[in-house]
Amino acid sequence: MRIHTTARTALRALARNPMRAMLTTLGIVIGIGAVIAMMEIGAGSSVALQKTIASMGANVLVIRPGTASSGGVSFGAGSTTTLSPLDSAAILQECPAVRNATPMVRARTQVVYGNRNWVPTYIYGTTPAFLDVQDWPTLSEGEPFTERDVLNATKVCLLGRTLVRELFGDESPIGKEIRLKNVAFKVVGVLGAKGANMMGLDQDDIVLAPWTTIKYRVTGSSLSSGNQSASNSSTSESVNTLSNLYPGSQPGLYPARSAVQAADNPMPVRFANIDQILAAAHDAADVQPAIEQITTLLRERHRMRPGEPDDFNIRDMTEMTKALSSTTTLMTNLLLAVAMISLVVGGVGIMNIMLVSVTERTREIGLRMAVGARGGDILRQFLVEAVVLCLVGGTMGILLGHGGSQLVRIFMHWPVATSPTAIAAAVLVSATVGIVFGFYPAWKAARLDPIEALRYE
Amino acid sequence: MEFIEMRDICKTYVMGDMTVPVLKSVSLTIARGELVTLMGSSGSGKSTLMNILGCLDRPTSGECWLDGQEVAQLSGDQRALVRNHKLGFVFQSFNLLPRTSALENVAMPLSYTAEGLSEREARQRAADMLNRFGLADRLHHEPSQLSGGQQQRVAIARALINRPPLLFADEPTGNLDSKTSEEVLRMFEQLNAEDGITIIMVTHDPNVAQHAKRVIHINDGVIVDNAFTVPPAAVAGGGT
Repeated sequence: MRIHTTARTALRALARNPMRAMLTTLGIVIGIGAVIAMMEIGAGSSVALQKTIASMGANVLVIRPGTASSGGVSFGAGSTTTLSPLDSAAILQECPAVRNATPMVRARTQVVYGNRNWVPTYIYGTTPAFLDVQDWPTLSEGEPFTERDVLNATKVCLLGRTLVRELFGDESPIGKEIRLKNVAFKVVGVLGAKGANMMGLDQDDIVLAPWTTIKYRVTGSSLSSGNQSASNSSTSESVNTLSNLYPGSQPGLYPARSAVQAADNPMPVRFANIDQILAAAHDAADVQPAIEQITTLLRERHRMRPGEPDDFNIRDMTEMTKALSSTTTLMTNLLLAVAMISLVVGGVGIMNIMLVSVTERTREIGLRMAVGARGGDILRQFLVEAVVLCLVGGTMGILLGHGGSQLVRIFMHWPVATSPTAIAAAVLVSATVGIVFGFYPAWKAARLDPIEALRYE
Repeated sequence: MEFIEMRDICKTYVMGDMTVPVLKSVSLTIARGELVTLMGSSGSGKSTLMNILGCLDRPTSGECWLDGQEVAQLSGDQRALVRNHKLGFVFQSFNLLPRTSALENVAMPLSYTAEGLSEREARQRAADMLNRFGLADRLHHEPSQLSGGQQQRVAIARALINRPPLLFADEPTGNLDSKTSEEVLRMFEQLNAEDGITIIMVTHDPNVAQHAKRVIHINDGVIVDNAFTVPPAAVAGGGT
């Protein structure tokens, strides 16, 4: 008996009792429907969750200069000056796993506006890419500074909400001037509120400015710390002149050389060093490849010999990534458990009805055997019936589940995501349920004695 | 060798620790083209004999040759093949598939045939067969919409769809009134005479037995009379 004949026979047998067939499949319909709806809603929440965690910086890599040590005394991460803005550009260009990268210099100093002053948690000199890397919400007012501002070391800045509240109160800060170490910055924009970070630090207590401006006009060197405004106020007059575009308010990296020294021993152009580079991977899965790509690239750029320790180190938010993946895994397992239970229940329903059907159709089975059906033919017929029931139920379940999740999306505004994997799995699982739970009744039917079956009342 | 030849067929059922002999060394020959009636009271063993002849059951011992093939030792699947190719069954209670059209009922055995007719050919053959039994206008009726006589005719058409040389009829008129019984029995005679199909009818109704050329009486698992009724003179000895 060929398979399409079997399928047709099975369909006819089912069509003989459509109401029962419908009720039998109901278990599978509900089971698969629930699975599909849960998977879609779950996938939607998972995507939303991933976005949330990404905005917390889970995909962000912090690349800092390596440690310097002297006589066995290490000065800790960031104590050498090995990173340049060009490294940042190269990372963005040559590491496919990296979405965006931005160089950063930090400062810590007093910010003054009129008669108020405040020391913000963060003063970052950076590029406009910073907002993208940090997944910062849109500006609540004004415009971000531009690449051109970075090249020109323009004295413009963006302020966080906390700082605006402290310095300006209810006033709009746009177009106002604030002073950092006596350098006047024009406020061009106000950042959207971001709240506290994982460590509880207020991320809105921030000043963002072009890194060139912070580096050359404000700090003059990297890693300045403490409140320098008082100690440096005496030198600030000489710094803040228009003729001197890149003044250092503190001594440069190297002691100044005399003209003779310079002529005798011309130094290669020294790159500008920066405090750290922030790089954002495309998603959580890209973090590890990104680390490897960046390591390879920077070792090459810094001309490190094999075996030589890195002159930089890369930190990722492993803990956050872990939290993300464990949440997702937990959710998936939970859904899987629910899926298994409802499918087993549906399968037991199928088996139940198939057993009833075999008993009820004992004479039919006897007759089919009398006219030449072998045990295998009968087995296949009932198995195909069960599988057809399950597949029809599975299809209806997919439609029901998809419709349900769409309703949830429309009326409850939950995020949902259509999951082709879930649909494929549902079809596969319903066929498997049909085979597994249809086998026993079919086997029972195939083992019937034709004489007994024909005599059955 | 005759068309059907049974030699020393015994059948014993085991019930708990008791063995019940149902057939006690039955030997029987039936020639091709005969119309035979198997008669006996209930419990005489006639159904068991028919089941063995019809390849539905296996004897405990003995040989059963059917059309030159030993069928007593065949496996279940091999016997299914023999039933499909060489045998047709007509039952007292028709055994038509409910809520299935006459056409599909008749075509059903074809789906178990190895030669594999296409769906269209199978339906054509079934329609021709129904046509032959005067049911051309009932092709798409379900059994519940047919009279008893019509249902039995559908069952006969189904039994003959694979053109078997041997037809079994188990109390074929048991559920029919006398008029339709007559019709069905005449149909059997006609099939026997015109198509040369060997027919074995099981019955306990003497009126049915009258239509047969030969009546085999069986009692307590033993053939007690194996007489040809036509011609009445040709009385053969009992074959135990």
